[in-house]
Amino acid sequence: MTTYVFLQHYWWFLISLLGGLLTFLMFVQGGQSMLFSLSKTEDEKRLLVNVLGRKWEYTFTTLVTFGGAFFASFPLFYSTSFGGAYWVWIIILFAFTIQAFSYEFQSKPGNVYGKTTYRSLLFINGLLGTFLIGVAVATFFTGSDFTVGKGNITNIISPVISRWGSGWHGLEALLDMRNLFLGLAVFFLARSQANLYFINRLKHEVLEARSHKYLLYNAIPFVLFFVAFVASIILSEGFAVNEEGTVFMEKYKYFHNLIEMPVIGVLFLLGVLAVLYGIIASLLKKTFKKGIWFSGVGTVVTVTMLFLISGYNNTAFYPSTADLQSSLTIFNASSSEFTLKAMSWASILVPIVVIYIFIAGVLWRKKRTDIEDINDDSHAY
Amino acid sequence: MELLDVSLVNWSRAQFALTAMYHWIFVPLTLGVGIVMAIMETIYYKTGKEEWKKATKFWMTLFGINFAMGVATGIILEFQFGTNWSNYSWFVGDIFGAPLAIEGMLAFFLEATFISVMFFGWKKVSKGFHLASTWLVMLGATFSALWILVANAWMQYPIGMEFNPTLSRNEMVDFWAILLSPVAINKFLHTIYSGWVLGALFVVGVSSWYIIKKRELDFALRSIKIGAIFGVIASVLIIVTGDGSAYHVAQRQPMKLAAMEGLYNGKTGANIVAMGILNPEKKYDNAVDPFIVKMDVPIPKLLSLLGYRDGDAFVPGVKDIIEGYTLSDGTVVPSFAEKQASGTLAIESLKSYQAAEAEKNDSLKAIHKATLDENFKNFGYGYLEKPEDLIPNIPLVFYSFHIMVALGMLFLAIFVVVWFMHWKKKLENAKWLLWGSLFTIPLGYLATQLGWVVAEVGRQPWAIQDVLPVQAAVSSVSTGSVQITFFLFLVLFTALLIAEIRIMVKQIQKGPEDH
Repeated sequence: MTTYVFLQHYWWFLISLLGGLLTFLMFVQGGQSMLFSLSKTEDEKRLLVNVLGRKWEYTFTTLVTFGGAFFASFPLFYSTSFGGAYWVWIIILFAFTIQAFSYEFQSKPGNVYGKTTYRSLLFINGLLGTFLIGVAVATFFTGSDFTVGKGNITNIISPVISRWGSGWHGLEALLDMRNLFLGLAVFFLARSQANLYFINRLKHEVLEARSHKYLLYNAIPFVLFFVAFVASIILSEGFAVNEEGTVFMEKYKYFHNLIEMPVIGVLFLLGVLAVLYGIIASLLKKTFKKGIWFSGVGTVVTVTMLFLISGYNNTAFYPSTADLQSSLTIFNASSSEFTLKAMSWASILVPIVVIYIFIAGVLWRKKRTDIEDINDDSHAY
Repeated sequence: MELLDVSLVNWSRAQFALTAMYHWIFVPLTLGVGIVMAIMETIYYKTGKEEWKKATKFWMTLFGINFAMGVATGIILEFQFGTNWSNYSWFVGDIFGAPLAIEGMLAFFLEATFISVMFFGWKKVSKGFHLASTWLVMLGATFSALWILVANAWMQYPIGMEFNPTLSRNEMVDFWAILLSPVAINKFLHTIYSGWVLGALFVVGVSSWYIIKKRELDFALRSIKIGAIFGVIASVLIIVTGDGSAYHVAQRQPMKLAAMEGLYNGKTGANIVAMGILNPEKKYDNAVDPFIVKMDVPIPKLLSLLGYRDGDAFVPGVKDIIEGYTLSDGTVVPSFAEKQASGTLAIESLKSYQAAEAEKNDSLKAIHKATLDENFKNFGYGYLEKPEDLIPNIPLVFYSFHIMVALGMLFLAIFVVVWFMHWKKKLENAKWLLWGSLFTIPLGYLATQLGWVVAEVGRQPWAIQDVLPVQAAVSSVSTGSVQITFFLFLVLFTALLIAEIRIMVKQIQKGPEDH
């Protein structure tokens, strides 16, 4: 393996890891989507908003970093997908934009539109953000309608390199059941994780009891949709690449990837088991509060492995259904060796980031939160 | 074949400008007020006086309201490079993406982590840890500004890269040249200082309101002192870096400088226009006087001196840049027509190179590569049709620049006078000054927006200076789609701005006592 090939794999791993972290952190969105159902009284709503509001920046920052890292390491994906699947990404962006101020503004006097409006925006963010990101990621396995022609740049009157076939600009992905399966799986996973988070963080008997009930309601559809998605992709054809870089359809490609990369296959299964253990243990034993840790780590591992399956082992990670040879691989879509190397040096600092997030974000907030804590906090939402 | 649609380019530009301008309403205040609150908390840490804690928490609340809006508008900016400027994203993504990724990995997480401690940790962590968190939030905010401004500076002065003809893209070859480019350093500092000036104006203005209302006098006088001193320092620094900005523009973007000064016919020993009214009939190739009214700064040869560090240097005007000129050091700069021919040759050579590559003809490849390399510096000119394409909107750039500079001078004067009156303990009775300070706040926003108008409108038609014009940088989406998203964001941002202003006003009316 040359240095360049190693770096391409390394950056696909980092993208995958960021994807895994983002999926886990979207428990914030899952919680927001239950603001009007899980909580009944104003105190309960306020408690949910405030425990979620302590974490929203992490999810948001991970999304921004995911985008930035994708841009820097695989710019052809950035230009092809964002410029082509325009409407899907714009709606996702819109859904996250309305989150950023809704926490800060909702309890401030003079906020013009009232508390319920801001909470409704959080609800929309929870609903659309999770579902559409799931749908967008599913197209990594099911393909999209685009072509890439790097020579187009020499056409002075029409120099655009990446072109999208469908006039729906990404919304056509909603017509593929497999994409919907993953979208719904991510949505219900985020809600399940939110319930686990509430069980872990809240000191409120009623909400804890209700979270257990809602965990069951959301975990069942999550498992069903996740199994449906995984089954549909491992049993269908996948987008393989041969040594010359030619893309072709291979039956059971993603299943082969699981088998041919046993470490990834085993970790994928362990991740799924950890998610299920976190959920089932929390459902069976009401005093078990650590479900979010098992489920969270499991989610990060499972989703990371899912991304790796889509890009490693000579697989096109962003396949084109319009023109197979336009499909993006970690080799033809990546930045230059120099850029990947420069960014890899910067990525060495990431463990330091993780350490200070742990110190600042976890250690000083060991106590579970109740309504008194919120009332006692001058900056509470 | 889908042709490039001029209205698509214009709407894409409008959408980016809309997002960037809204983003820049919120960010400079967080950069400036953030430093003020961090200084106040440091004094609280040193003295233990509760008054300073009260003041810190008040400004922190206003900081938080702004911060959320900066985040909301910032994410759209980042992703718009992909959604609306996809060709750009591929053509220079190898260079431009890296600063954005590093910004996310290192700066945003610093902010996101410690902002939580800063807002919610007053009673939960030690004073020292809290103070460190506040400074780390500001470090993160400033650090994130560094990376995005490095990226912007690179667009104005592309260096440290090589064009890869096989992949039709530019690739980074010198990370440090990009990071430490003099344009990047100066742009970073100038922009940060503009945020500091706005923050200082805000603190002085809001504090003045309390004094006018005879409320919170102790808090207001403490705040106004910090704000005025901070404002004087920031104003001096912004003048120094402003000079640096003008110098770099003269060296690297002469058309922008010509637009800033309304200079159509170049001259040696050129003066700077103090104020003037442009003649709308003026075209680059007619003999009409560019100005209806004009008054120069009474220091002769100042433009030549500041732009080229030589009072007798030749400063090219719009006409010279289009027709070609010779600099005082003997450098011959080709005309637009020559550069256009060279750019067209570069594009044709690229096409031939790629054809030769497909045919595996190495000798032909080498020939075309040599032609491409020789002409690549003019690559972008190959997409332009006529000389007028090279000229930015001169009235917009000229008036923006001159109003910005005049306001900058006004702000420095206000800070000095406020500081002096505070020192003389006469501030409470100087109603004219207090009202003046209050009404200067919107002018601070105006000045900082105008600075970006000069920087970004002034460099048109270039997305990347000389290498990629905006019309070759856009995505292939319909104009209608971009129009819809433009109005979607316009309505959203405007609704939010209304809410934000009202919340800020309410918080200020509520005052620091209640925090």
